[in-house]
Amino acid sequence: MATTTAPTSSHRAEAHQQVKHRPDRNYRRRQRWGWLFVAPFALIFLTFLVLPLVFAFRMSLFTSTLATGDRFVGFANYAKAFTDPLFLDGLLTVAKFGLIMIPAQMIVALIAALVLDNLATWASKFSRLMIFIPYAVPVVIGALMWGFLYSPRFGPASTVFALFGAEAPNFLAQDSIFGSLVNIVTWQWAGYYMIIIYAALRGIDPGIYEAAVLDGASDRQIATRIKVPMISSSLVMVVIFALIGTLQFFTEPQVLRGVAQGAIPTDYTPNMYAFSLAFSYSQFNYASAISFALGIVVFVFSFFFLFLTRKQSGLK
Amino acid sequence: MKATFLASVGIAAATAVALTGCSGGESGGGGGGSEAASCTNTVVNAEAPQVTVWAWYPGFDQVVDTFNNANDDVQICWTNAGQGNDEYTKFSTSIESGSGAPDVIQLESEVLSSFTIRDALVDLTEFGANDVEGDYAEGAWEDASSGDAVYAIPVDGGPMGMLYRQDIFDAAGIEVPTTWEEFEAAAQTLKDSGDGAVMADFPTNGRAFNQALFAQAGSVPFEYDSANPQEIGITVNDDGAKKVLEYWEGLVKDGLVATDDAFTADYNTKLVDGSYAVYLAAAWGPGYLQGLSDADPTAVWRAAPLPQWDAANPVQVNWGGSTFAVTEQASDKELAAKVAMGIFGNEEGMNLGVDAGALFPSYAPVLESDEFATKEYEFFGGQQINKDVFLDAAAGYEGATFSPFQNYAYDQLTVQIYAMVQGEKDASQALDDLQASLEQYATEQGFTLT
Repeated sequence: MATTTAPTSSHRAEAHQQVKHRPDRNYRRRQRWGWLFVAPFALIFLTFLVLPLVFAFRMSLFTSTLATGDRFVGFANYAKAFTDPLFLDGLLTVAKFGLIMIPAQMIVALIAALVLDNLATWASKFSRLMIFIPYAVPVVIGALMWGFLYSPRFGPASTVFALFGAEAPNFLAQDSIFGSLVNIVTWQWAGYYMIIIYAALRGIDPGIYEAAVLDGASDRQIATRIKVPMISSSLVMVVIFALIGTLQFFTEPQVLRGVAQGAIPTDYTPNMYAFSLAFSYSQFNYASAISFALGIVVFVFSFFFLFLTRKQSGLK
Repeated sequence: MKATFLASVGIAAATAVALTGCSGGESGGGGGGSEAASCTNTVVNAEAPQVTVWAWYPGFDQVVDTFNNANDDVQICWTNAGQGNDEYTKFSTSIESGSGAPDVIQLESEVLSSFTIRDALVDLTEFGANDVEGDYAEGAWEDASSGDAVYAIPVDGGPMGMLYRQDIFDAAGIEVPTTWEEFEAAAQTLKDSGDGAVMADFPTNGRAFNQALFAQAGSVPFEYDSANPQEIGITVNDDGAKKVLEYWEGLVKDGLVATDDAFTADYNTKLVDGSYAVYLAAAWGPGYLQGLSDADPTAVWRAAPLPQWDAANPVQVNWGGSTFAVTEQASDKELAAKVAMGIFGNEEGMNLGVDAGALFPSYAPVLESDEFATKEYEFFGGQQINKDVFLDAAAGYEGATFSPFQNYAYDQLTVQIYAMVQGEKDASQALDDLQASLEQYATEQGFTLT
């Protein structure tokens, strides 16, 4: 039995290969051109993203102390990172920011988008632009600007509060810096998220609204029962953006630290901790490990969130 | 087909090489410098080898031009790579990457050991540094050397004094305090007068400023010698430091001093608008004050010696001060050493530094000149502040030792003093916690505590 079937099957396979041979060569030829077109991107991608990542990962497997020099330690830096109270405190801080900041940005962006979607006057275009403008301001400039606005001496708060005979709060004190940072980020990013949500709203077929009106739905019901569910995949995307941005929180606190060094220590967020480890304390190896550890956390959080919302985002 | 594909890749590669080659050719005009960098200044003798220098002194462009005009065999290629920490960050990164550092670099004396421990600086004794030792103030030379090695050439110092507002003192009926006890009494008088000004600022991020005040009461925070780079002695919570911090804790609690962060825009304005009656300053402070805007036009500034703990045995301290060091990445170390010693190591260069940059010279021939002593400062109503205050302060300064992780130590000091000001712990506890955190850090970094 075996002797008769074996040649047949091998013969069949050969024939099969022969048939497939021609299109395969054509396919490969086209592939080559594809690679060529991708090459400029691939080159830059490899040089400026993949190679540094590989290099940083390699660095994170070594340890280098001031007094003793380089030594291979495997994953010891990671073990240290996930038990380092400064890193864990930083994660807790950004988690708190996430809890407050992401909903704040979402609510502002969603309400603005829903209102603008209903308006059809020149005011709509103008307001859209005005809400979006903060996003056009570079993050560092925005943070510097807010630093001055919060300043007890240069900021408008003291003048405004003086009108009512009250003393202005210090926005840069230890217990108010959290809210001050939330405000900066919301100001900057709500406009960007608003545009994403607004674009999704414009993509909905207006016929659905007409049908809803015929069924006696109010404007509010249209907004909450029709519009919001229909743009849920955009909302999920916005939350993912905000989540990743918050976990990597760096620029705003780093800039504001210039005027509030006591309230914002160097290890305020994980990214700031990695930055100061590398560039202030020259612990490049441990800083690489912290960065990768943060990357893992970001990945886990994003993955988990996408898994939870797989129905809304249309991934399932 | 394969040939065409390879040819295309070849063309792309050739283009890339041509582009880089082009940009490389433009900046590669230098002779012997380690980096073909672009200079801020104009090089006079294009033939001569170049030495790259990073520095942030005010008015340094004039000093560089003078040097380049006076030297045929070497030229300075100067870049301002940022002030203080900004520059150190760049230097630190280039040490890690093994390239990109300048030949000669301006470093504050307090960070020298942070770089010597990374083998980033050249011992200048083999290039004749010992021959010029006599040209420099003793304390400044001490700060730039470690054991027998000399890692930098001193440029300017920061002996401390007290700059005060005579008009505010007069209005409140305050005599110029000479001891810290009198300083506290004066602060109370000022507060009671209802002037609105506070006596002074005690910034939680004062870093070297806080440390200098501790040193005045005899605190010796670190014992470290580059000859034994793995051993360090840490006593940041000694009696001297505790005495001083407890004193300031009292002033803060009684509302006699402010606790604003230093070197912010707010702080700069408050320094000159009458919010503080006193600016406890280093010798570079007067220059700093004059550069600030929004000054109170009626202000009457005067300088006096720093208050003392024991008027009979005055102790002088130093805040800041910088040096020129030669980096290990310098291609021609001898030439670089010559530049490091030559920029301010002559009367012409140092005088320019004094006039254009308001530097307090470490170079003895200028420091000890009558001209410098009797220089009248218009900002202080013609007072000869060097003679009255800073020359004595400089003469009494004996040098200090800093840790090889000074930036970390300062950051932790800020954390602890801030916690104290917030009322989370008292001064003694803050310094004990600082001691614990630094001991732990040093151990983690592989040092042996002595």
